[in-house]
Amino acid sequence: MASRPTTPSRPTTWLLRVIAIGYVFLLVAWPVGLLVQRTFSNGLGNLTDALGDPQVVSSLQLTGVIAVSATLINLVFGVTVSMLLVRYEFPGKRALSALIDLPLSVSPVVVGLALVLAYNTRDGVLGPVVQGVGLQIIFSTPGMVMATCFVALPLVVREVVPVLTEIGDDQEQAARSLGANGPQTFWRITLPSIKWAVAYGVVLSLARAVGEFGAVKVVSSNVANRSQTATLLVEAKYQNFQQDTAYATAFLLILVGIAALVVVALLRPSNEK
Amino acid sequence: MSIEVRGLNKSFGDFVALSDVNVSLPTGQLTALLGPSGGGKSTLLRIIAGLDTADSGSVTIEGVEATHLPPQKRNVGFVFQHYAVFKHMTVAKNVAFGLEIRKRPKAEIAEKVDELLRLVHLSQFAHRLPAQLSGGQRQRMALARALAVEPSVLLLDEPFGALDAKVRKELRDWLRRLHDEVHVTTVFVTHDQEEALEVADEIVVINEGRVEQVGAPDTLYDEPANDFVMGFLGEITRLGDVLLRPHDIAVSTAAVPDALAGRVTRVLRVGFEVRVSVETPQGETLVVMTRTHARSLGLDVDAAVWLRPEPGATTVPAAGSSLVR
Repeated sequence: MASRPTTPSRPTTWLLRVIAIGYVFLLVAWPVGLLVQRTFSNGLGNLTDALGDPQVVSSLQLTGVIAVSATLINLVFGVTVSMLLVRYEFPGKRALSALIDLPLSVSPVVVGLALVLAYNTRDGVLGPVVQGVGLQIIFSTPGMVMATCFVALPLVVREVVPVLTEIGDDQEQAARSLGANGPQTFWRITLPSIKWAVAYGVVLSLARAVGEFGAVKVVSSNVANRSQTATLLVEAKYQNFQQDTAYATAFLLILVGIAALVVVALLRPSNEK
Repeated sequence: MSIEVRGLNKSFGDFVALSDVNVSLPTGQLTALLGPSGGGKSTLLRIIAGLDTADSGSVTIEGVEATHLPPQKRNVGFVFQHYAVFKHMTVAKNVAFGLEIRKRPKAEIAEKVDELLRLVHLSQFAHRLPAQLSGGQRQRMALARALAVEPSVLLLDEPFGALDAKVRKELRDWLRRLHDEVHVTTVFVTHDQEEALEVADEIVVINEGRVEQVGAPDTLYDEPANDFVMGFLGEITRLGDVLLRPHDIAVSTAAVPDALAGRVTRVLRVGFEVRVSVETPQGETLVVMTRTHARSLGLDVDAAVWLRPEPGATTVPAAGSSLVR
């Protein structure tokens, strides 16, 4: 990279820069900037009003509960599936790998509908059974956690699989030959080697879970103070002509997203080392 | 006998890696498994360690039937070609790993690690990460790590294969001296016959999944069981209807009885030795001699020479051999 050509065709370079910056500005920076501007249009008023509204607080709490539970489930499941995909050979491995990518290509609304069909209490395949043991899935928190898990499914797996493949199983075999059993090998050798990839996947999952709207909307009863997540609240408030509260809540969601980006940026260099 | 291998078979799909292998490896010795790449020697070592499983046959380690034991219960030390260091641990932590798994007291671990690092000359690197070590140092660390658990056998899979020629030679000498110090039964895999001849007490020659010959280096070199062993342990050439080593041929510039007449076609000097190609009525023969000897004979291209085996030279009948060049 010592001699990158600096000015071979100056007009073209400038044109490309203007297009790229203009595109990102018009699509992302300007609209988000307007939203921030509206949030603070009368000082901190909108923000304090929103945080004083029990409906907003309850929705933020619900989003927190759903995002954290879905991310934890995704963490355990994601690492397990990654180990399975990289370290073991079994029939149907390619099919499993393809299924894990499915949430990336399917609309979240479809995911919600599918869950409703399978777990609703009236004619769902499993719903009545689960209700029999006193658990309601659809129109309740478990359903929203499931929907969120579904959409965040590939994020941990796709971060961890390449790293597991790259480190190979030499270190694990060495640990086995030195007397470590399976769990000891995992905790002492495998996990420390993939921890940055896992952390990266967790941050991405968390950000995705906080921002999920479509799938959650379908499986939620969307009742204020009970089953309304922050994203659902933003929509409801906006449609109820309480735009200021909607903007303020949206701003809080942006903060979470920016925090996730910062964490990812901090993790990246150590991940690539 | 420290390791007894009986009737071992192993296939990967259609490829037969080991076919009915029987070997006994004696206690306290340094044994080399020698053979060409893909000959099955690494597979045999990995089966002994429990890192691979055999299709059939049995492995006994120090009198314990180990065929179905998982690797962590065999008490073997294993050293990998590509070091397999624990990248996220310091050198000292790497060496301590096996002892920590065995939940030994902290003071005992520290003392043992110290002693081993001194043995492999890495004391001053104890708190470094493996990434800060050279290849040779990493492999010495891996060796210390394997020795820490006081294994009943130490298995090394092409331990010096990834190192450059000079470091490889140093480590080879060092391994020999280390073994004279610690006397643990050691088996190492190599495809380098010089390494095997120089380091090992005993060599097992393995080719195409079969054991070709077992014996001391001198025995193998002087009394090879067949043309493969002879060819693999050193250069061979054909003189009339026998195979022999190129340096075991006597050259004269005047006719001698029982000698094969020929004509020099090429003279190539490589360092201290001279390699002479001779065209005889029964094909081409390669003769190797010292520079001084070649000069005293005054050999040059087109010179007429008479060749015969030196008295006492090792020879193998050439009939049906595919190894003649």
